Amino acid sequence: MKWQTVETKKGTRCRVLEGGSGAPLVFFHGAGGLLRDNPFLDQLARGHHVFAPEWPGYGESAGEELLEDMLDFTLHGWDLIEALGLEQPHLVGHSMGGMIAAEMACGAPHDLGRLVLVSPAGLWMDEHPIPDIFALLPYQIAEVLFHDPQQGQALLTGGADLSDMDALKDFYIGSQRRLAMAGKILFPIPNRRLSKRLYRLTAESLILWGASDRLIVPAYAERWKTLIPHARVEVVGDAGHMLPYEQPEKLVRAVTGFLQRTR
Amino acid sequence: MKFTWFNLMPWPYLPDDFRAQHRSVWVDIPNTLYDPRKGHHVYHEYLDQLEYAETLGFDGIGCNEHHQNGYGLMPSPNLIAATLARRTSRAALCVIGNSIASYNPPIRVAEEFGMLDVISGGRLVAGFPVGTPMDTNFCYGQIPALTRDKYREAHDLIMKAWASDEPFAFDGKYNQLRWVNCWPKPIQKPHPPIYIPGGGSIETWDFCLDYDYNYSYLSFFGYLRGKSLLDGYWERVAKRGKDESPYRAAFAQIICVADSDAEAERLYAEHCLYFFNRCLHVFPPFADPAGYRTMATIKYGALAQLTLARQKILENLTWKQLVDERFVIAGSPETVRQQLEECIKGLRIGHLFCLFHNGDMPDWKTRHSMKLFAEKVMPRLRDMWPEWKHDERWWMHPMDDRIRPEERQPGAEKVGAEWPR
Repeated sequence: MKWQTVETKKGTRCRVLEGGSGAPLVFFHGAGGLLRDNPFLDQLARGHHVFAPEWPGYGESAGEELLEDMLDFTLHGWDLIEALGLEQPHLVGHSMGGMIAAEMACGAPHDLGRLVLVSPAGLWMDEHPIPDIFALLPYQIAEVLFHDPQQGQALLTGGADLSDMDALKDFYIGSQRRLAMAGKILFPIPNRRLSKRLYRLTAESLILWGASDRLIVPAYAERWKTLIPHARVEVVGDAGHMLPYEQPEKLVRAVTGFLQRTR
Repeated sequence: MKFTWFNLMPWPYLPDDFRAQHRSVWVDIPNTLYDPRKGHHVYHEYLDQLEYAETLGFDGIGCNEHHQNGYGLMPSPNLIAATLARRTSRAALCVIGNSIASYNPPIRVAEEFGMLDVISGGRLVAGFPVGTPMDTNFCYGQIPALTRDKYREAHDLIMKAWASDEPFAFDGKYNQLRWVNCWPKPIQKPHPPIYIPGGGSIETWDFCLDYDYNYSYLSFFGYLRGKSLLDGYWERVAKRGKDESPYRAAFAQIICVADSDAEAERLYAEHCLYFFNRCLHVFPPFADPAGYRTMATIKYGALAQLTLARQKILENLTWKQLVDERFVIAGSPETVRQQLEECIKGLRIGHLFCLFHNGDMPDWKTRHSMKLFAEKVMPRLRDMWPEWKHDERWWMHPMDDRIRPEERQPGAEKVGAEWPR
């Protein structure tokens, strides 16, 4: 897969990881951003033309000051798709990316193919409060995000040597910038009233959840199912919130199967 | 020099094992540790001390705003200032300040500060902090990356409300008000002196200089560590071509005075250690949410005050460290005078916020320390800036004919002569 940079009409400049051929599929990453290695994207690209844009404020993508609230993020998603020249792409969103993809689909329900939400943010249940990701110590992050925190920690840092002060500083600055952006739609509670709009969804939808997700527990999958009655739910074993990275094969199998299914 | 007597109002009953048992004194401190019946006595003791400071000749008495915080019992500093407004008549009321990004709508601050200025006869010094991340983001739910933008809008609204003689519409990003019409407006014109408390955000310097507001560096870590930050500020002042009046800057310093250095340790050490060990025990992520500090500030390298590294320093502090590193200026009147002179000159400050009550210090010790300071130290530091002696730009301008509670007999005036008409 290759990086390209697109500029939206609004003026954001975003890097997009692109590869493969077939029906267009746009993957929206979560609050942590794309990691160094994203094997599930390579695998998805075997059957689809995959586009994985970075949100402004992530990596080399700029223009974060132009996006302030949920509507800005949602329209930015569609602006990107227009800038990429895509028609009716499938939308696959993970965590915060799932929240944005769902908002996009509520706003323009006939402009997408199918919708896949992987452990999406965007709902809140008082009986299952989501841990405050803005108030975690560095070592707590992997514990919350991964089924296997030890392997997860290595994935998060992408092999960078954090005992090196410069590497640590770069990692810290990047992380502050990413979460500052994510906070605009996730802080202090990751709920921007999406539940009021989900009735508008018409696209066929698949909800995927990691069985040991400790950030947004699997009970939320049922809540999504209640709000999108025509959605299918699949819970994936040996996966936490970072399901795409922990179980790429299972994710790809589920997504591919769903996208190829005839109505 | 102007001296303001400042009380953070710490809760003095945090248990000995507080640090081991709880992760934070702020945000998620167990509220069962607060006992309202004891709190009744604590408030009155602290308010009495603030009033006593006026009688000792302090120029100002000060309070601030913190939420869900074991070392700050003033979620509403305006309530504290309101009681002081009625019981004092000479000292400036320094409310440092209202975290205006958290007020909805912020016109409330324009109104309440207006009330305080009017009740006190023009003695208000108005502080507008961005607010700590603990208060503004974690307790009051403001989005970190938008906090500064919202702060600036709140500031613009308040200042316009004070300046305008006509109702106006305010179409802000965070506040839409069709009829802004501040009532009552402050006595001080065009507005009370404005103080901007800053931690270490470099944007704040330019903001202060754009409007000629006072920059107040409120650190608990003393003037040796504060120096690099204030040096940065003064460099910015020079670069902007502003005059170098020391009254542009204020600094907060913990001060303990006794008859001798040894006596200071004997009287005050345990209470200062209570403050540093327990009261500043903050869960580091609460102090630095992503987006609160701008990228420019992070890259400038200014450390957030209560980060992991700082917490390490606090773990095994001793009195000797506190004094050697000047977190605390403590000792005989002469020791304190010397060190404060170094502090005042080194930082080039015209305003000193003096913290005499620290941690769980009992009333008598607090009064002993502040009285010695007022009698033996303050007079000798008064004229530190002779060339700026008449610079009153950053101080209150009260009414001459204001009501003085000590001279007043309510109900004694003749009918028809109660108010100037």
